[in-house]
Amino acid sequence: MAIDIQTSPEKASSDRTALIRAGLRRRHLNEQIFRGLGIAAIVIALGFVALLFVDVFRKGIPAFVQSNLHLSVTFDEAVIGSDPVPVRGDFVSDAEYTAANLKWQRDLAMLNWNKIVEASLRKAAPEGFEIDSKQIQTIPETNARHQIREMFVANPSLLGQTVDVDVLASANAANWIKGNIDRSLGDGQQQLSPPARQLIDTFVDNGTISNGFAWTIFTNVDSRAAPASAGLLGAFVGTLWMMLIVVLLAVPIGVAAAIYLEEFAPKSRITDLIEVNINNLAAVPSIVFGLLGAAVFINWFHLPISAPIVGGLVLTLMTLPTIIIATRGALMGVSPSLRQAALGMGASKTQMVFHHVLPTTFPSILTATILGVAHALGETAPLLLIGMKAFVASVPATPFDQAAALPVQIYLWQGNENRNFFEPRTAAAIMVLLAVMILLNGVAIYLRSRLEKRA
Amino acid sequence: MKTALFASVAVVALAAFGTPAAFAQSRDTIQIAGSSTVLPFASIVAEEFSAVFPEFKTPVVGSGGTGGGLKQFCEGTGDNTIDIANASRQIKEAELAACTAAGVTDVREIQFGFDGIVFASAASGADFALTPAQVYKAIAAKVYVDGALVDNPYKTWNEIDASLPNQPISLAIPASNHGTREVFQEKVVTAGFKASEHPEGLSDDEVKALETTFRQDVVIEISGDYTETLARLNSDKNTVGVFGLSFYEQNTDTLKVATVDGVVPSKESVAAGEYPVSRPLFFYVKGQHIGVIPGIEEYVQFFLSEGISGNGGTLEAAGLIPQPAEKTAEVLAAFEAGAQ
Repeated sequence: MAIDIQTSPEKASSDRTALIRAGLRRRHLNEQIFRGLGIAAIVIALGFVALLFVDVFRKGIPAFVQSNLHLSVTFDEAVIGSDPVPVRGDFVSDAEYTAANLKWQRDLAMLNWNKIVEASLRKAAPEGFEIDSKQIQTIPETNARHQIREMFVANPSLLGQTVDVDVLASANAANWIKGNIDRSLGDGQQQLSPPARQLIDTFVDNGTISNGFAWTIFTNVDSRAAPASAGLLGAFVGTLWMMLIVVLLAVPIGVAAAIYLEEFAPKSRITDLIEVNINNLAAVPSIVFGLLGAAVFINWFHLPISAPIVGGLVLTLMTLPTIIIATRGALMGVSPSLRQAALGMGASKTQMVFHHVLPTTFPSILTATILGVAHALGETAPLLLIGMKAFVASVPATPFDQAAALPVQIYLWQGNENRNFFEPRTAAAIMVLLAVMILLNGVAIYLRSRLEKRA
Repeated sequence: MKTALFASVAVVALAAFGTPAAFAQSRDTIQIAGSSTVLPFASIVAEEFSAVFPEFKTPVVGSGGTGGGLKQFCEGTGDNTIDIANASRQIKEAELAACTAAGVTDVREIQFGFDGIVFASAASGADFALTPAQVYKAIAAKVYVDGALVDNPYKTWNEIDASLPNQPISLAIPASNHGTREVFQEKVVTAGFKASEHPEGLSDDEVKALETTFRQDVVIEISGDYTETLARLNSDKNTVGVFGLSFYEQNTDTLKVATVDGVVPSKESVAAGEYPVSRPLFFYVKGQHIGVIPGIEEYVQFFLSEGISGNGGTLEAAGLIPQPAEKTAEVLAAFEAGAQ
């Protein structure tokens, strides 16, 4: 737009000001629109995260409450019998004693401990309450009998005595108490019989059943025979072994590879090719690593199926490119003056790298490691292919023992038949996994800020 | 440069070769895989087994479907192959041949009970009283109508039979990796084809094609577990799903079961042989691993004991339909006699 130069200087000046104002308004408007879009993007992103968290927490928090049955259990001689406990002194050799002791334990395991559980439940029930044996057995979790038997094995002097024992209420009883199953449904759609439901309500009223924090989620291994006692310990330790292997292998290999490529390798076609391949490797879908792991580690190296060692190696392969790329980036960022100063003082190239360059990149390497581990922690697909989705009811003592892993445990619980009980349990397992990840990311941020300040 | 190179070479060597050497000793945990129908039962036995036999480690139970389990089972012998395959159908000739070819020559079959296969829909939906012929007409790609082979014309259930609800046809069936699919094919589809209209004198190939070609628009094949089928039903209330009886019994609050030939599926009706869609459950033991992997023999004996798979045993409470004690004794005797 041309400005009329014939008009008075005042007019020209005010025209110009108006023009500038209009332009300014437009630019401000643009900026505001952009800011608004930015905020909207953040709100949408956070909204989805919040939705996820709210959903998981809403479902998962009830699973951290467990229903306990407080029973007074009588170790009835009529059920247990009075087989003498083997004593070491009666046997010639250790082997004989062990054999006799195992036989004693096995004989005990074959007894009907449910009778003892049932008797203690009937004692707690109101006088004359009518419920048949099968129905009353649905109230305690099935591992109650093992719990009582193990008490006896540990302390055979309990024979004939009456002691207070806390056992878990069964998964279906817990569903009824917590309202996981619709209480208004008819008998045909309920899991528990009418007398069992009535007795549970009576127990809740008179304090025989009380709710407490579900430590069992953290202290027990997975269970199918006694779903109410299913916990994450085995999966957690399995994951821990894998992460240990990832850190022990991926960090040294990744950092060594990065240093060599960045500092020593001549720039040639071959190193270019290697670089492209490392970047490609970082983008390979994780399930491919699982297939590779099954083919190479299990079929070729004959490593055990479902073991954390294989999971750890597979996840190491997956984490390696992340660490190599991050370390190379960090090395690239070290100022040339530092290198020149070190070389100028007569340091060798190796000394220059290890004494001066590498230490300044520690914060970045550390962050990359923790983020890589956090990523590997949640990885599920490759583990399914190396047999880690098996049901394992023990804590792996070594990385060569069969184990589950946290994300796989979520997958397994998601598939359990008792939907009413395991839907909350699955959400609880997700909460634990998220907590571990947030913790790891938090540590990464903290360490980076601390180390960077020092550097 | 040398330090870094040596370090990386040493670590790679450790990772690749050090570890198998450390695993020179034999595996001491029984490894099981296979049918997802048998999985809950096998897992319960595994846990109880370790309680009764403290000297053995708890067996590890994987899934993957009957086909997947038997494939793993027949990969060969040795530490990195499984010891027991769970199966919801009998092993096929081809699978047995694959086993033999890989050196698995001693395969011992254990039948331990029965399971029913049920049709169930969302609890809020309509009631279904199905017959195999109706299911066949609902899912077959081509059917005979008035003597002519035509593309399946039925869109809703009541078009097949007026007694069925006016609801679009949608059926979620197990994919072919599941043993349940085999039983569904044999006891429902094949039986349904035989019972419905078709001309005489069709060749075997023609019959097979008619029986096994399904309409892709109404049939949903589920390769995952029953929970995946359940999720399908929850997302589309019109879908009817195929489940194991034990799964249905644990989810009666969300599922409604259909009768087949007028019989309500239950433990009693399956055990009495009244409910038509039932099948025996099996597991297969690798005879060559007995005595190598500790506890296999004890596991089998324990599994077949009265207190576990017998009447009133632990597995019955978990949904298994026990087989007669005589059958169990026979199976155990055959197992103990060794390779046939």
